[in-house]
Amino acid sequence: MTTHRRAAVLGGNRIPFARQFGPYAEASNQDMLTAALEGLVARHGLAGERLGEVVAGAVIKHSRDFNLTREAVLGSSLSPDTPAYDVQQACGTGLEAAVLVANKIALGQADSGIAGGVDSASDAPIVVPERLRRKLLRLNRAKTAAERAKAAVTIRPTDLGVQVPANTEPRTGMSMGQHMALTAERWGVTREAQDELALASHQNLAAAYDAGFFDDLMTPYLGLTRDQNLRADTTIEKLGSLRTVFGDGPGATMTAGNSTPLTDGASAVLLGSQEWAEEHGLKPLAWFVDGETAAVDYVSGDEGLLMAPAYAVPRMLARQGLTLQDFDLYEIHEAFAATVLSTMKAWEDEEFCRERLGLDAPLGSIDRDTLNVTGSSLAAGHPFAATGGRILATLAKLLHEKGSGARGLVSICAAGGQGVVAILEAA
Amino acid sequence: MARADGYTTFVSSGFGKKLATTLGLPQPVPLRRYVPGGPLVDGPVLVGGHADTPAVTALRAGLTAAGATLTEVVPDGARLGGVVVDLTAAETPADLESLRATLAPALKRLGRCARVVVVGRRPGTSGSVAQQAARRALEGVTRSVGKELRAGATANLVLVTEGSEGAALGTVLFLLSGRSAYVDGQVFRVGEGGAVDAPADAEHPLAGKVAVVTGAARGIGADIARTIARDGATVVCVDIPAAGASLADVANEVGGTALQVDVTATDAGARIAEHARTRHGGLDLVVHNAGITRDKLLANTDEDRWDSVLQVNLLSILRMNEALLAKDGLRDGGRMVLVSSIAGIAGNRGQSSYAASKAGVIGLVDGYAADRALRRRGITVNAVAPGFIETEMTAKIPFATREVGRRLNSLSQGGLPVDVAETIAYFAADAQAAVTGNVVRVCGQSLLGA
Repeated sequence: MTTHRRAAVLGGNRIPFARQFGPYAEASNQDMLTAALEGLVARHGLAGERLGEVVAGAVIKHSRDFNLTREAVLGSSLSPDTPAYDVQQACGTGLEAAVLVANKIALGQADSGIAGGVDSASDAPIVVPERLRRKLLRLNRAKTAAERAKAAVTIRPTDLGVQVPANTEPRTGMSMGQHMALTAERWGVTREAQDELALASHQNLAAAYDAGFFDDLMTPYLGLTRDQNLRADTTIEKLGSLRTVFGDGPGATMTAGNSTPLTDGASAVLLGSQEWAEEHGLKPLAWFVDGETAAVDYVSGDEGLLMAPAYAVPRMLARQGLTLQDFDLYEIHEAFAATVLSTMKAWEDEEFCRERLGLDAPLGSIDRDTLNVTGSSLAAGHPFAATGGRILATLAKLLHEKGSGARGLVSICAAGGQGVVAILEAA
Repeated sequence: MARADGYTTFVSSGFGKKLATTLGLPQPVPLRRYVPGGPLVDGPVLVGGHADTPAVTALRAGLTAAGATLTEVVPDGARLGGVVVDLTAAETPADLESLRATLAPALKRLGRCARVVVVGRRPGTSGSVAQQAARRALEGVTRSVGKELRAGATANLVLVTEGSEGAALGTVLFLLSGRSAYVDGQVFRVGEGGAVDAPADAEHPLAGKVAVVTGAARGIGADIARTIARDGATVVCVDIPAAGASLADVANEVGGTALQVDVTATDAGARIAEHARTRHGGLDLVVHNAGITRDKLLANTDEDRWDSVLQVNLLSILRMNEALLAKDGLRDGGRMVLVSSIAGIAGNRGQSSYAASKAGVIGLVDGYAADRALRRRGITVNAVAPGFIETEMTAKIPFATREVGRRLNSLSQGGLPVDVAETIAYFAADAQAAVTGNVVRVCGQSLLGA
């Protein structure tokens, strides 16, 4: 099969995002992903249906969840004949999963599929220190009582302890926030600009809820009907009063208000070919036009940890023959308010565009009224792998409301100096 | 779906039965409920009446075709599954002797959860006064018999229109079957229409139909969705977004779709109609089930409480029906079933707003049933009025009040949500083309409002 056809985003579902140790504290990744799938299945009448595949993943994962997505499918109302596999690309997981499903549909290898993601910052796997782990494995290998005793006595009280996963880059030992603080300083992003972006995120998300925008994008879970992190009544003064948590000295600008909190949640997006959609009485919301991934060398300090999307977008634009201004809506994942602002500053910067991107002229600016119009991660929260699905479903619906041909850009930064971006076009 | 309350289980046991008999306590029995593939009725059906009429001829043929064993005499040593008595030819009260003569010996030979179905004519304005009296008398007899019957047996009356006797078959079959377990002492009015062909697949009378059920996430609504899906319908399950989690479970269980929409939203009807049209190709059945209670004595009821009940339970139906009864809403030959309540008939202390809304629902049925345009399109509109139904809501009623509510009916027990659902499924079937404007209580012949 070499014929290319278009893959459509047909709909989405997510559970409201909860703050760490909130209502979902006891829910596992499998529980939440299954709930997100069940809502999607119910909304689109897919009970008993065999789909081409379900692709999803989690960033923080228990070793027992080696087949997380397949297990979630088996626990859902989908046909058990639906295959599934896991992917993991840090915060890019959800969008990367959609790229994979859309590509298979475009190639004719699948007619339908679900892309999703889930993460729990509460139900985290706990790991024992490496030295203790090796000794326990040796104990487990021991065959005779004597061997077991010999192995057991090597375990010292100082070996005991637990390690909880941390939001830290293994190669730099720095947290994501610390990395971001360096980039924010490099681009001169002010505290005021960050707080304004955070405020807009909360206001836009609250307005979208009030308008019923999420009624067909969300299914309540464990008593939660809205994102728990949303502060509809926050003000620029309240945000301005928060102390800084990342960066050093008087120049520090990043607070808990303009950084995303640790969150629990899951999302899922239904994709399919036009024919499959018609057979199932579904209307394509948007076409999945293209996707691109990029990575940058943040280890040497050559580029900021979360700046890869700044490179991925121009490569994709060049391939599509589009300019940065050819979009009606932009969804730039708010890992931190400073991430969005640094990326946009880079695209407006002549030197960066020339030296780093090899362009003759800057990509230019984005109309802020078209950016994250129903809020983004600062307000909704950011269960790492679930963010891609949240953004895709939201943007597809927004574009569909705008009318055929409307174009949207998605940009998601990820740990490890990576970024995943995509283009949707209203069907 | 089905479960008996603890008392019913107790008095059905050896010791419990003895104790209840000694003390003269109510002795409810587990009701015979419909199981796909099961027989229509347990035991032979005695068919008799006053003279040979078109009605009895049509019924004999229909019942035989439905697999019932018919008899004209009370059998020795066997129990009857049901009795069907045709009084359509009764011209004067003297003719009622035929009813007594048929019923009296039969009542002594009824089996457990047997059925008595009396068939008569709708009291008209053109007949003689004696004829009017005879026809009306049937209600008194049937309701009394319902109260005399024991062991889960019921008695109901079906009134047919002259020349349309065949149209009553679906109703009689429903009343004989386990589907009508908790329907007792009711009067069904069948209007003008011909005999309807039996469904191609008797176990899936709603096959190919697209149905919408509001308030489908929980309780009675969830069982309505399950029951009509069991009968073959594709179900659009509607509930408020906040109930989305359980709504999704119900939709997936019945293989339907979930639509999160508040019925009071101004565009609710349009969104429901559009969903049914684009996803499922049309709409054949609407069940307006969504409802709330905000109980307070009227003296203590403020405007907000009053308004919210009226909005959800009554005004939303009117508003949604503008779209649902429009050209691209319900198909010709479609069905609409509303959910009223015994409170709407009898009234209930502390439920003035609820009773207003549920009595209003009966008014809607009257209004729509009289609508000539709807009749021309073959659309029927009926309502069920549940009595005491075992739900999460009634489980919260204090014990003593709950026990009284449960036992104050001819079957001495509460009904189950599925009993309400079965009656709705009955209204929904093609066979009921001539049944419109009915409000059927699913109440076990409750004493309230009777």
